[in-house]
Amino acid sequence: MAYSEKVIDHYENPRNVGSFDKNDPSVVTGMVGAPACGDVMKLQLKIGADGIIEDAKFKTYGCGSAIASSSLVTEWVKGKTIEQAAAIKNTDIAEELALPPVKIHCSILAEDAIKAAIDEYKSKQAK
Amino acid sequence: MNYFELFKFSPTFDIDTAVLADRYRELQRAVHPDKFANDTEQQRLLSVQRTAQVNDGYQTLKDPIRRAEHILSLRGIDLSHETTTVKDTAFLMQQMEWREALEDIRESTDHQAIINELYDSFAAYRLKLTKLLTAQLSSGSDEDALLAADQVRKLKFMAKLQDELTRIEDALLD
Repeated sequence: MAYSEKVIDHYENPRNVGSFDKNDPSVVTGMVGAPACGDVMKLQLKIGADGIIEDAKFKTYGCGSAIASSSLVTEWVKGKTIEQAAAIKNTDIAEELALPPVKIHCSILAEDAIKAAIDEYKSKQAK
Repeated sequence: MNYFELFKFSPTFDIDTAVLADRYRELQRAVHPDKFANDTEQQRLLSVQRTAQVNDGYQTLKDPIRRAEHILSLRGIDLSHETTTVKDTAFLMQQMEWREALEDIRESTDHQAIINELYDSFAAYRLKLTKLLTAQLSSGSDEDALLAADQVRKLKFMAKLQDELTRIEDALLD
């Protein structure tokens, strides 16, 4: 299967790989996994007091499409509000990276990672 | 297609794999296309189809994960084509740690010690999941079936880790 140029670019030069200090109160973490392929994705967001996502980092174990999807998402969410980030759809990711149908689940995983991180943010806020 | 019926087993997770292998050979012989070489084209086609079913059934029942998936699919839970995302944070953190440990094998001075340690950890965790799965599949309640599906999903992650570990070990031996 041929990867698109954008997937290869993100795979070879992944943006924002790594972790924030998880004890930093402004950091929330979204952990998700896809049983079908065993991929594991961790997305961390650093969210300011104004609810704007200041920074994002990821760590993904999986195929090139899963790495590219999470790398792309870290670029997209920066500077966005929680609501704007929550509105990112897997179809947007799949389209941007020209993912073939068998790799759509990688973009679903990335969308779910954003949602999981935002869920943690909301439950933190509610406390 | 109920493969348990085809192989004359009750649909339980614990099956005797030696008996399974015997019944596979019997069934294979009974439906083998060579036996129908002089029959009608329809008979021969049927024999080819049944052979494919017998082979697929054997592969399904032989593999614990696929066997569990088959039991669940007979109970209306389809796991083989799902794109469900697992969100169990504690479980995923453990997966991340194990993936990191796999990455570190190459840089370590004593590869084999780490590899052996990981084999043991993976086996112990798989055993734990399999025990839960066996109990949950045998209960017959819908609630337990959903819990069993979670164990199957986790076992799939473990299978992936195991494959990776074997691949790394093979590469180091070369």
